[in-house]
Amino acid sequence: MTKNDINKLRGKTAVVGLAESGCGIAAGWSAMEIMANSVHDALDDAGIKLSEVDGVFAATAFHSMAAMSLSEYLGIKPKFADGSQIGGSSFLSHILTAAMALDAGLINVAVIAYGSNQKSIGGFKTISEAMPYEAQYDPRMPVTAYALAAKRYMYEFGATREDLANIAVSARDWALLNPRAYTHNDGPLTVNDVLSARPIVDPLGKLDCCLVTDGGAAIVMTRADRAKDTKNTPIFMLGAAMEHHHRMVSEMPDLVRTSAIDSGRRAFEMSGYLPGNMDTVQLYDAFTINTLLFLEDLGFCKKGEARDLVKNNNIGPSGKLRVNTNGGGLSCVHPGMYGLFVTLEALRQLRNSSGDNVGSRLDGGWIDNAKLSVAHGNGGVLSSQVTNIWGTAETI
Amino acid sequence: MPEILKGSLGPEQQFKKYLSEGKFMIQKSKSLNQFFFHPRVAFPGSGERDLEWLEASGNGVVHSTTCNRRLPEKGGDFNLSLITLDEGPRMMARVEGIDPDKVEIGQKVKARISSLKGEPAIIFDVL
Repeated sequence: MTKNDINKLRGKTAVVGLAESGCGIAAGWSAMEIMANSVHDALDDAGIKLSEVDGVFAATAFHSMAAMSLSEYLGIKPKFADGSQIGGSSFLSHILTAAMALDAGLINVAVIAYGSNQKSIGGFKTISEAMPYEAQYDPRMPVTAYALAAKRYMYEFGATREDLANIAVSARDWALLNPRAYTHNDGPLTVNDVLSARPIVDPLGKLDCCLVTDGGAAIVMTRADRAKDTKNTPIFMLGAAMEHHHRMVSEMPDLVRTSAIDSGRRAFEMSGYLPGNMDTVQLYDAFTINTLLFLEDLGFCKKGEARDLVKNNNIGPSGKLRVNTNGGGLSCVHPGMYGLFVTLEALRQLRNSSGDNVGSRLDGGWIDNAKLSVAHGNGGVLSSQVTNIWGTAETI
Repeated sequence: MPEILKGSLGPEQQFKKYLSEGKFMIQKSKSLNQFFFHPRVAFPGSGERDLEWLEASGNGVVHSTTCNRRLPEKGGDFNLSLITLDEGPRMMARVEGIDPDKVEIGQKVKARISSLKGEPAIIFDVL
C-alpha cells in the first residue's frame, strides 16, 4: 500500500466568501437565524448561489445536530455534512474535512457556519455534559481549567499576573482600531486595570477572560478551479492539522504544553512555511494564558519565553508580531465558540491587503502587504487544537 | 472474549461503591505494574485488561491549584486543585483545612473521604 500524501491538499481549496452576523448583542434573534444570516451574507460575498451549496459544516452550543438543522433551515440537500463537535476549534477542523471532501470531488461548494445568541438570552451557553470525577468538586468550567494551567505556568516559568495582563492590554489596543470590536469604544486597558478586575478563578480575573457576546459567522469554500470566477479574492488553504490529548483538564498530560505543538508542526509542514513567515497570527484567546501557550507551542518562541515576547506591547499594533489583530476573543467578540472568528480575521487581513473591501479599520488596523496568516483554534479545556495556514495565490 | 458486563459493576460505580465503604481504591495493570486514574475498563493508551483494584496510599502532591471565587451566600470561595498521587496518577480534588487561596504547588497532601452534595468525595488536607 502506498502512503497517501496529505500535502496534496496544499493550495487545492480556497475560501471565497465570508461574513459575520449579529456580533455583540442580537436581542430578538435566535442562534439559527444568526447562523443562517451569516451563510447568506457569505454566499453573497462569494457570488455563489445557495443552490450550489452541497456541503454543510456546523457546530453550535444550541443544536445537537447543527449541520442537519442548518441544512434544513437553509432548505438545501447537501451531499456531505459534518457537525463534528470538538469545542471552539470545531470549525478549523471542518475546514480540513471540507478540503478533503472538495478535493475528493464529493462536493463542490462547502459552507462552514456558527451562530449564538448566548448574550441576549442570559450568558455563557454550553451543551457540555458534567465531567465524571470532576463535577462533584464544582469546577467553574471552563475558567477553572485555564486557571489551573495559568497557575502551573507561573510556577514553572516564574511568570506573573502582569505577564498575563500584557496580553489583554495588546488585544484591547487592536480592538480600538477595529470598529467591529465589541469594546471598540471602551478605551484602552492598563496592566493595572487587568490586575484589579474582579477575581474569577485565581489567578484569572474578569479581564483575563474573554467577552460573552452573541454572534455568528460563515465561510464558503470551494476548489481552486471554481475559485477563479468568484466575486472576491480567494484565500488558499496551505496547511491544516489537528490533535488532541485529553477532554478533562485533570487528564491533561502537561498543563503548560498543549497539543498545538503537534497540530502546529504538521500544519506548518504541510504549508511549506515557518512561523516566522506569518504576516498575521490569529490565536484562540479565550483567556490570557492561551496566547502565551500558543505562541510557544506553535513555535514563535521557546517554551517559557512568550512572556518576554509579549512585553512592551510587542503583539499590539505598535509591535513587531501581529497577534489577534481584530481584538481577539478578549476584546473583539466571543459568542461561546470563537474558532470561526479566528479564521475570519486571518482571511480578512489577507483579502484587505489584496484590495478587497472587507470593512474599515483605523490607521494601523490593517496589516500592509499581508500574504500569509496562521489561524489557530482551541476547544474544550486546552483540549482540541487545530491549526490552519492561509495564503494568497502567490504563496502557493 | 470474557463477558465482563454481567454480575459486576462498571469501574465508575465500583469506585463509588468503594468510596461509600470508606476505601479510596485505584486501578492497576498487573502486567504493566502501573496505576492509572480515572477508573476505566482498560489501561489508557495500550488497552491492558488485567486490572486490579488496590487501596491508594492517599499521599500526594499539589500539581496546580486555584481559588474559585464565589459569593458568601452561595458558600464562599473554595479551593480546587490537581493532585499527583504518590502512585503516579493525577486527579482533581479540593484541598481543605487551609484558606482556599493559600494552597501551594508542591505541598504534600493526604486524602480523606468526606462528602460533597450528599455523595462520598475525596478531599485532601495539607500535611
